[in-house]
Amino acid sequence: MPLVKGGHIANDIFFHVADGAELPDDGAVLVSAARFLESSETLLRREGKIGVIWPNNRGLDDLVPHLDRLALVALVFPSFRDGRAYTQARLLRERHGFVGELRATGQVLRDQFVFMLRAGFDAFDVRKQSDAEAFGEAARRYSVFYQPTGDGHLSALHRRNESHASESAKP
Amino acid sequence: MYAYDELDRTLLHERVSEFRDQVKRRLSGELTEDEFKMLRLQNGVYLQLHAYMFRVAIPYGTLSSQQLRALAKVARRYDRGYGHFTTRQNIQYNWIKLSELPDALADLAEVGIHAMQTSGNNTRNVTSDQWAGVAPGEVDDPRIWSELLRQYTTLHPEFSFLPRKFKIAITASAHDRAAIKIHDIGLRLHKNEAGELGFEVLVGGGLGRTPFIAKTIKQFVHRRDILSYVEAIMRVYNQYGRRDNIYKARIKILVHELGIDKFAGEVEEEWRHIRDSALAVEDAAIDEIRARFTYPTYEKQPHMPDELKQAAHDPLFERWRRNSVFTHKVQGYSIVTISLKPVGAPPGDATADQMDVLADIAERYSFGEIRVGHEQNLALPHVAKRDLPALWKALDRIGLATPNVNLVSDIIACPGLDYCALANARSIPIAQELTRRFANHDTADLIGRLHINISGCINACGHHHVGHIGILGVEKNGEEFYQITIGGRADEQAEMGTLIGPAVPYAEVADVVEDIVEAYLALRDSGEELFVDTVKRLGVEPFRERVYATR
Amino acid sequence: MTSPLQQKIRITGPSVVTANRTSDGVVIWRTGSKGWSTDLTEAAVVRTAEAARELLAEASNDDLGAIGPYIAPVEIKDDGKVMPGNLRERIRVKGITIELPLPA
Ligand code: HEM
Ligand code: SF4
Repeated sequence: MPLVKGGHIANDIFFHVADGAELPDDGAVLVSAARFLESSETLLRREGKIGVIWPNNRGLDDLVPHLDRLALVALVFPSFRDGRAYTQARLLRERHGFVGELRATGQVLRDQFVFMLRAGFDAFDVRKQSDAEAFGEAARRYSVFYQPTGDGHLSALHRRNESHASESAKP
Repeated sequence: MYAYDELDRTLLHERVSEFRDQVKRRLSGELTEDEFKMLRLQNGVYLQLHAYMFRVAIPYGTLSSQQLRALAKVARRYDRGYGHFTTRQNIQYNWIKLSELPDALADLAEVGIHAMQTSGNNTRNVTSDQWAGVAPGEVDDPRIWSELLRQYTTLHPEFSFLPRKFKIAITASAHDRAAIKIHDIGLRLHKNEAGELGFEVLVGGGLGRTPFIAKTIKQFVHRRDILSYVEAIMRVYNQYGRRDNIYKARIKILVHELGIDKFAGEVEEEWRHIRDSALAVEDAAIDEIRARFTYPTYEKQPHMPDELKQAAHDPLFERWRRNSVFTHKVQGYSIVTISLKPVGAPPGDATADQMDVLADIAERYSFGEIRVGHEQNLALPHVAKRDLPALWKALDRIGLATPNVNLVSDIIACPGLDYCALANARSIPIAQELTRRFANHDTADLIGRLHINISGCINACGHHHVGHIGILGVEKNGEEFYQITIGGRADEQAEMGTLIGPAVPYAEVADVVEDIVEAYLALRDSGEELFVDTVKRLGVEPFRERVYATR
Repeated sequence: MTSPLQQKIRITGPSVVTANRTSDGVVIWRTGSKGWSTDLTEAAVVRTAEAARELLAEASNDDLGAIGPYIAPVEIKDDGKVMPGNLRERIRVKGITIELPLPA
């Protein structure tokens, strides 16, 4: 499954450690929420970056205290129809100030990229190679957005207001 | 009328090009049907029995003549020359080819019409009172706020994959013509004691398998906070709404399972965080939207012009006027409802030719504006009273002057088994037969206001639960049967109807309805007492006795 | 989506597999030669659950050509003519049971 990061297909530096499997001595690792919560102290003391896969049916309360020490949070789309992780992503970015990598994983398809970017994801485990290759095109498709989110785009409402304000400021 | 600005137009064209690309990928095999289904639904494309169905949004039910002509053009060029106006201010085409859909969408985009989110598990077309902006006594034009919400909900990055569909309706009148109590969120514009404009917010209404009347979650939300409050509700729903069972996935079930107080508590907690965010609605932003609505420049007109006095001698005109013409907030003007329920025809259908002529009529007599209401009728919102006689003649020439608005033959019906893949039984032929039984306008006048609603299955697209008489198609051993309820209503006193007896076969439905109506005529305490009020006063029992005694 | 191979299939009489054509939605039936036809009389008729399952599985492989394949009952007339087996299928063959709105 290709990983798209920073807008391009990239290598995944995180080694996915299955529950119960031996932890490598160094290097970036990605672990399940259960494993992380069970041994967060050991994990965080270790050399190397830590990423956690957070399920979409669990609140963020147990995750939030650790955010500043996590390099990656992977949120899950068990099916592309299940949109709970969009809410989790926005909360992590906009409310809890998470600045690490926010990765969409599971059934991630081309037609969700815009929504995901707007919700704060910046990395994508894309299902299909062709979708990963089309990332740039898909991400640039829209230039107008109706909602304010944490992604920095002004909503149409605010753009109108601004252009209005600048017009009326003219002499 | 809201006129799109450059930003709205750009977004719409971007959406059309995205959908064109999606269709191309589907037709080339790059997308499987499983993947494509959600994408087509997000753009209003269902599969019915015979073909694809295409649902186009008419936000808050307002159309310009130019837009209506574009709808006619789509009917003619891409479909079979007609369209079906639905109960949620949409129009459906029944015979669209997938390969031609992107072109149809592009044609509609030219006049600022789209099909975004007319199906699928997202926020649907935001609906409103079809008399918005012209009804006497409104606290504000609800379409301004509907447009605000239309924009806010369109392609929402967080809420495009909700547990289930999500419907919002807005009214600003004491009399609710937008059926807000059977919506996921119902909004009633009103003023608080300090005279500030805001909303009563209702949540958790809906019909279908488990019908619920919406409950008030907050008596007053200031207009500045309406988007953040709606976002809070949707966020709670997106996180906690059930996804394990499609029949339990609507917000009404979540509200019911948590209880309104607990649910309100969750929303309040969420709202606390986002109330003072970029979602705050500044008055300037509203003014911006308001300025894009054009209002006619009304002339000073007499209350009773000569034309009207003269025409009053024609009993046919008078019958139509008394039935279909309603009070406008400006003296000398009227709101005219156009019945799409001619005797013997499918409720809510209009041909491309009718639409074209109606567009001309609206230009001539209604400042180029047409409205669509949830009763599947159209309306002309600004007709000068002196023009009423000429308008009546023009409407009559195209078969659109049936004086049966709000009467027994003004039936709301879903497509049923003639079109719909989910149906148990047919709806339209039942409606047609009933219009024939009650074709005599004198009888219909005598009966008075009576709403019949028909759905072909429990999904309740024809709102049968809230019909004064509700008819629901069920299947028994491969045969079409119908359950009949009475006493429902969809307005501010919304209520579910009560089953009157065992289901009856197709051939008997019209007889049973006739018997119910006869029972009502015998039981009502005066000519003034409406059908629903008689049912309310006496209960179902006396009706059951009379109707089922001989069956 | 449950694959047809996992679905429990019960048929009560002669049956066919039907679907709608992807490009334009037109009603089609699976033929005996791994294709589709817009004519019910050309449909492959199966008489056992096993055969129905096989036909459905084979038809479902054509995700590009057809959408929503399912098993539908048919009636075989004395002269061998294949007719739709219930009201829904009759409507799919013959079209809507109502007159379309009259042109203005
Ligand atoms: C043939 C195409 C149609 C299909 C497949 C369809 C499907 C459905 C389904 C599955 C539901 C239930 C959703 C739920 O409870 O979660 C529903 C509800 C509804 N439909 Fe349709 N429908 C169709 C046509 C229509 C038409 C023509 C109208 C209007 C005349 C309509 C209006 C509605 C309304 C108002 C509801 C909401 C009832 C509620 O609140 O539960 N639908 N539809
Ligand atoms: S109520 Fe049932 S039969 Fe009627 S349109 Fe809705 S889904 Fe189809």
